[in-house]
Amino acid sequence: MQDYSFDEKHIVHIPTEKALTTEDLQVYYGKNHAMTDASLEFPRYRITALIGASGSGKSTYLRSLNRMNDAIATVEGKIIYRDTDINSKKINVYEVRKHISMVFQRPNPFAKSIRENITFALKRNGIKDKAELEYRVENSLKSAALWDEVKDDLDKSALALSGGQQQRLCIARCVAMKPDILLLDEPASALDPISTAKIEETLKQLRKSYSIIIVTHNMQQASRIADYTAFFHMGHVLEYDKTENIFTNPEIKATEDYISGNFG
Amino acid sequence: MNSKAANNVATGVIYALVVAVVGILVFLLGYILITGVPHVSFHFLTSAAESFKSGGGIRDQLFNSLYLLVLTLLISFPIALGSGIYLSEYAPNNWFTNIIRTAIEVLSSLPSVVVGLFGYLLFVIKFNLGFSILAGAIALTFFNLPLLTRSIEESLEDVPDLQREAGLSLGLSRWKTITGIVFPAALPGILTGIILSAGRVFGEAAALIYTAGQSAPMVSYSNWNPFSPASFLNPMRPAETLAVHIWKVNTEGVTPDALQISSGASAVLIVVILLFNLGARFLGNWVYKRMTAAK
Repeated sequence: MQDYSFDEKHIVHIPTEKALTTEDLQVYYGKNHAMTDASLEFPRYRITALIGASGSGKSTYLRSLNRMNDAIATVEGKIIYRDTDINSKKINVYEVRKHISMVFQRPNPFAKSIRENITFALKRNGIKDKAELEYRVENSLKSAALWDEVKDDLDKSALALSGGQQQRLCIARCVAMKPDILLLDEPASALDPISTAKIEETLKQLRKSYSIIIVTHNMQQASRIADYTAFFHMGHVLEYDKTENIFTNPEIKATEDYISGNFG
Repeated sequence: MNSKAANNVATGVIYALVVAVVGILVFLLGYILITGVPHVSFHFLTSAAESFKSGGGIRDQLFNSLYLLVLTLLISFPIALGSGIYLSEYAPNNWFTNIIRTAIEVLSSLPSVVVGLFGYLLFVIKFNLGFSILAGAIALTFFNLPLLTRSIEESLEDVPDLQREAGLSLGLSRWKTITGIVFPAALPGILTGIILSAGRVFGEAAALIYTAGQSAPMVSYSNWNPFSPASFLNPMRPAETLAVHIWKVNTEGVTPDALQISSGASAVLIVVILLFNLGARFLGNWVYKRMTAAK
């Protein structure tokens, strides 16, 4: 792999409403500078894909957005959400995560029933009304395209579901919390193509009411579902633009080499 | 020697070693049960011990063992649970945590007779508890805590980090994540740990000789007032347990049937501990299935 200049960047600004903005975000694992100067604007009600080779810092960046990296890394810079810098010590991180929720690479349903997987966090956050809980269970499972498959088995263990169903349950679990932004960290990389297609279809539906940021290894996936795409390389964001521009007419050599399969 | 022959030799040696281990266990269990079970009868289990005549039973000792076990677990489980949660969920990886872990290891390797003598000096004499179930339960807590803490810590650590991240990413606090997600997922392992430690506590003698005492005064099983000295629930009375009884009958028993009594009592002790072990497996599996498999 040849060396690419980190000074040559092509980062567009978002003309429409923004869901989240980062300014000069730095992430350090101890002394290791894992993410440098990440300044990106994420559009509201759109899907943004973060692509790049393994170790390029895209997952690190994503996990910083709802402060999931707090325990293991130092994150500097600003994360602006609703005119507030949520990367501040004064911010209640638990409150942040109610607005900015995350789905992980490997499905991680709780060892509870399907229904409880969804209602658990709701109840702990003070929603006691049975009708409201029922409504949220049905609604969130429908938005994750899982309702028809599980509506008769809501009291069965979530661990009995297939991997793809479990991942859609994890998406439903987040959706039920009615967050603003959904972060997905390679949600389909452990799934078969049919499950992957269902997840992608689900995300396209969810875009109507959520802002979605997804890390993916799969460039076809990014080009299929994302409105905007950011290319990460060795801890730097080198290019950020509309997905069609990234894939048909990249401005940066590194992006072009990556999407044409020359490295990564 | 070619690799196939080497493999055969190694397999043979390993099998032989396993057979040796199982053989020793079967021999021990078989010997104790065959010599003891013929002396176990309903009368033996339900009548009081005799000091000089033959025909005494182990009713009080059996009850004392169970009561002491319950008290010990009541004291040690909350402490072990708290420290297990701390070690697995909160403890940073630093010198202080290392000191705690080392302390737990040292505590777990203390000889039980030393724990017993310490309990005698501190609780029985200094704190004036006298030979009592309470002093015994505290001594057994010292003896039980390290292993119970370890097993709870390990059960919690066996829960994948993905589960914690799932809870946190939904906006749950760390404490809610631990109590609502991690603890239930670790419950089968924790239950197994409790029951296995119960087996050890049940069979312990050395730590009790100087703390719970070697005498089983007459108690009334119809007196439910735990403050009455004659009540079977009074934790301040001396209480000889089954394991201590076996030791005492063997060393200074003067009844004509001392040998039969110690054989019978040993068989009962072994059977109860076996039941604990089997119960631990069964309960652990059952809870795990309840929590994970379809209803």
